[in-house]
Amino acid sequence: MRRIISVLMENAPGALSRIVGVFSQRGFNVDSLCVAPTDDESLSRLTIITQGDDKVIEQITKQVNKLIDVLKIAELTEGPHIERELMLIKVGNKTELSRAEVKRNVDIFRARILDVNANNYTIEITGTSDKLCAFEDVMSQCGDIIESARTGVCGLARGDKALRP
Amino acid sequence: MKMMSGAAMVVEALKEVGVTHLFGYPGGAVLDIYDALHAQDDIKHVLVRHEQAAAHMADGYARATGKTGAVLVTSGPGATNTITGIATAFMDSIPMVILSGQVPSMHIGEDAFQECDMVGISRPVVKHSFLVKKAEDIPMAIAKAFYIANTGRPGPVVVDLPKDIVNVQDSHPYVFPDDVTMRSYNPTLKGHNKQIKKAVASMLKAQRPVLYVGGGAIVAEAGAYVTQLAELLHAPVCSTLMGLGAFSSVHPQFVGMLGMHGTLEANKTMHNSDCIIALGSRFDDRVTNNVDKFCPHADIIHVDIDPASISKIVNAHIPVVGSVDKVVLQMLELLADADFTNQEQKVADWWQQIEEWRSKKCLQFDQSSQVIKPQKVIQSLYEHTKGDAYVSSDVGQHQMFAALYYPFAKPRRWINSGGLGTMGFGLPAAMGVQFAYPDAVSVVVTGDGSIQMNIQELSTCLQYGLPIKIISLNNRALGMVRQWQDMNYKGRHSCSYMESMPDFVKLAEAYGHTGIKVDHLDDLDDAMARCFATPGLVFMDIMVDQNEHVYPMQIKYGAMDDMRLSKTERT
Repeated sequence: MRRIISVLMENAPGALSRIVGVFSQRGFNVDSLCVAPTDDESLSRLTIITQGDDKVIEQITKQVNKLIDVLKIAELTEGPHIERELMLIKVGNKTELSRAEVKRNVDIFRARILDVNANNYTIEITGTSDKLCAFEDVMSQCGDIIESARTGVCGLARGDKALRP
Repeated sequence: MKMMSGAAMVVEALKEVGVTHLFGYPGGAVLDIYDALHAQDDIKHVLVRHEQAAAHMADGYARATGKTGAVLVTSGPGATNTITGIATAFMDSIPMVILSGQVPSMHIGEDAFQECDMVGISRPVVKHSFLVKKAEDIPMAIAKAFYIANTGRPGPVVVDLPKDIVNVQDSHPYVFPDDVTMRSYNPTLKGHNKQIKKAVASMLKAQRPVLYVGGGAIVAEAGAYVTQLAELLHAPVCSTLMGLGAFSSVHPQFVGMLGMHGTLEANKTMHNSDCIIALGSRFDDRVTNNVDKFCPHADIIHVDIDPASISKIVNAHIPVVGSVDKVVLQMLELLADADFTNQEQKVADWWQQIEEWRSKKCLQFDQSSQVIKPQKVIQSLYEHTKGDAYVSSDVGQHQMFAALYYPFAKPRRWINSGGLGTMGFGLPAAMGVQFAYPDAVSVVVTGDGSIQMNIQELSTCLQYGLPIKIISLNNRALGMVRQWQDMNYKGRHSCSYMESMPDFVKLAEAYGHTGIKVDHLDDLDDAMARCFATPGLVFMDIMVDQNEHVYPMQIKYGAMDDMRLSKTERT
């Protein structure tokens, strides 16, 4: 089962490698990982997408929480939450028809074209991972995907729930 | 504000945290620190012959005293040589701080001479690590390192010190923190009241309770409370390899070590129990055997300071996070009001059953043999040390024989590498013990394989006049490997024999010590007496039965109590 785990940790050198280390050492999966400092610059927030049953997730949570640099950890998928991912995608289009088709789908998906060239568009799209995958599919049908980059998922719990120190 | 060099700060901070012994080996990157050490007498530096041994000595010192062991090594190979020692301490939750030199900051990442990413290479086997970047940060890093190493679930901490920041020429303000607090590190010590209530209710209901005591009880110095609890409940107690001595092995309620080479009665008791009270133990694979068949009738109360240890292998019905001493004390407080008048009667049937298992005498061995049996040597050692020695062990058959045939009545007397199973651990660990307690009897139980993995430390023993007694069970083979080959590989002894064995007596003498060879059973007692009557280090090279196996032994994939009792007999 797909799970989103959110970690609040010291924004200290080596902290990230310790967390990644726990995953590789103990044979846990990482599908995506997204990390950046928070509003409080002494802290970093990390969001990991992983797979596993309840027992595995319990172990991941406990083992990560055991790291000295980690302040708080929560599984977002446990409750109502918001998740977003950003993708930049460069789509080649040789024909007028393809250009129009790409443009139309950009509107439908509420994406944005950031860069225009004679032979390609670079598009930004934000949403859930599923939406990004769907958009990627459509783009591969109406143009040629030259390259793409995704940020990995980041998320927050809905309502009053928060990960604070 | 005091001004001093980075190197002086290292030494000052070590004094501040109470370091008495520093086990180490100099080299380019730490010469400044060694220069600062030279100028003082408070910390005794012990010059080892190999850095791995420095880590094991600090480890032995820590296991015997409960204090944090300290190590100082240079960058590159000095640091990498300690890794096995750090991993050994990590697996057994031993408090240790390793100060490693590093190439100057401006050369980090350039593949400089003797450069190695120590923080990176040690990361999976440390509790935490620091790469110190400014001299002013040294006192805080050292204070934090010692605090982290010896609180919560203890473990090794690395402090990597680039050469430029410990330079003896520069001067910086020295401020040692009054107190260390870390917002991200606050171990839970007291148990949750609701969980404790549940645990106590479950114990009181139990007809067939058992205490399963692990190394956590030793770390928490919880022996007295554990004994009270066991006596109140009139429950049998079994111990893990790491827990031996927390509850006295000569107490009538002690049923023995459990697990792979546990006693039949300990494993039977566990398997048939309806309430397992696990105290500071972690359901290691060397205990549980096949997890699917593990103790099917029991409610499991699991007390551990490390939440990650709870329900990792075996699901705990009543988890209690906290240190064993605090939690058991909380339990005792609740139990103070309980009525125990019928307790003995309640568990009478249970004890009758246990006595039946005990009567099988699973630790019997051939007494008529003229070849020296390893078990006999350990029994003789027990008699000659009146059961009161610090026994450090290497890894293999001799380790199991020592654990089974030397009953430990006190905690911190049994010093062995349980989790990592590090051959070469014994001698340096016993040296660490001897440094901590110069007047105590510090014994190493080892074998012809293990002792050769850190034999160079015989030289260190001479330098510091350590009167260690080395009891080497020489079977001219890697005994435990050979045993598995006998059992699982139709007796094909692939690379488990030792050819070109040194003459250990001459070797001991070459290092300036006494060596005694024992070939005949009739000489064993006298030789042992001579060993303990001779001042200084004595190396006992005892020729034991090459074909002896350690029994009992759990049968692979079986339940806890599926055991081989001898080469021919099974449960």
